[in-house]
Amino acid sequence: MDVPILKQGPFLIATVQSALTDADLAGMRRLLIEQVGKFRSRGVIVDVTAVDVMDSYACRTLRDISHIAGLRGASTVIVGIHPELAFTMVQLGLSLEGVATALDLEEGLAYLNARTRPTAVRGSAPRNNAGPPRAGTHPRGRR
Amino acid sequence: MRVRPAPAPIPVDGAERIVIRSDRDILLARQRGRDLGRSIGFVATDLTLIATAISELARNIVLYAREGVIELCVVTEDSRRGLVVVARDHGPGIADINRAMQDGYSTSGGLGLGLPGVKRLMDGFEIQSRSGHGTTVQIAKWIRA
Repeated sequence: MDVPILKQGPFLIATVQSALTDADLAGMRRLLIEQVGKFRSRGVIVDVTAVDVMDSYACRTLRDISHIAGLRGASTVIVGIHPELAFTMVQLGLSLEGVATALDLEEGLAYLNARTRPTAVRGSAPRNNAGPPRAGTHPRGRR
Repeated sequence: MRVRPAPAPIPVDGAERIVIRSDRDILLARQRGRDLGRSIGFVATDLTLIATAISELARNIVLYAREGVIELCVVTEDSRRGLVVVARDHGPGIADINRAMQDGYSTSGGLGLGLPGVKRLMDGFEIQSRSGHGTTVQIAKWIRA
């Protein structure tokens, strides 16, 4: 079962809609990384609201996506980890260390908007900006 | 590969047996476990714990033994009901179980066997393994009264 990937401006949104096999997860990783280059995306959101099990392999795949996309210049945020999933991950000792997470899609978009803004600000800011220094570097949605 | 029938340690009301050969079978096993658990009254959180534990054990079978079985049994002991999951393979076995039960131990490059984690998810955990003869892991979860 393929994971649909939606291009939303500078971001990619992958919405997991059912339980995924290891091969499906690997396919999603490959496709996302390809599309980051193809669409010159600045951010990736993986929505796992419909995921029923987050085991070690799924966790590792999400970490990989975040790290690989990061190497290609895109920020990743995982959204929609429901309470049972979070509880199980903690019990199992799984972590998404170094991976940004947000409550839902809305928060995830806010995070990426805030996070990808600084470059644009730097690029367009006048040289002797008297305003608050680098206002955009402290994103609201940052966790 | 022949698989011997499991000795039943506790009374068995219903049993299911899923052959594990590929990642699709991992999915099937955890869905069957979730369905069976739901049918006997486990709450959502416990169903997720059970499905995740099955997923880890089934993946160990695919990764290390290539083939094996997952057996699911509804059990009754005293006045409580529960679910027992047996993961059985005739793969290479685990040379050092004590080490495999330590967090972070892995023989497949970065991804641990996940056995200590599985033990934490469940109420009961037993493992038998002989190098060169395979591995049997039996886990149990009881319905909270």
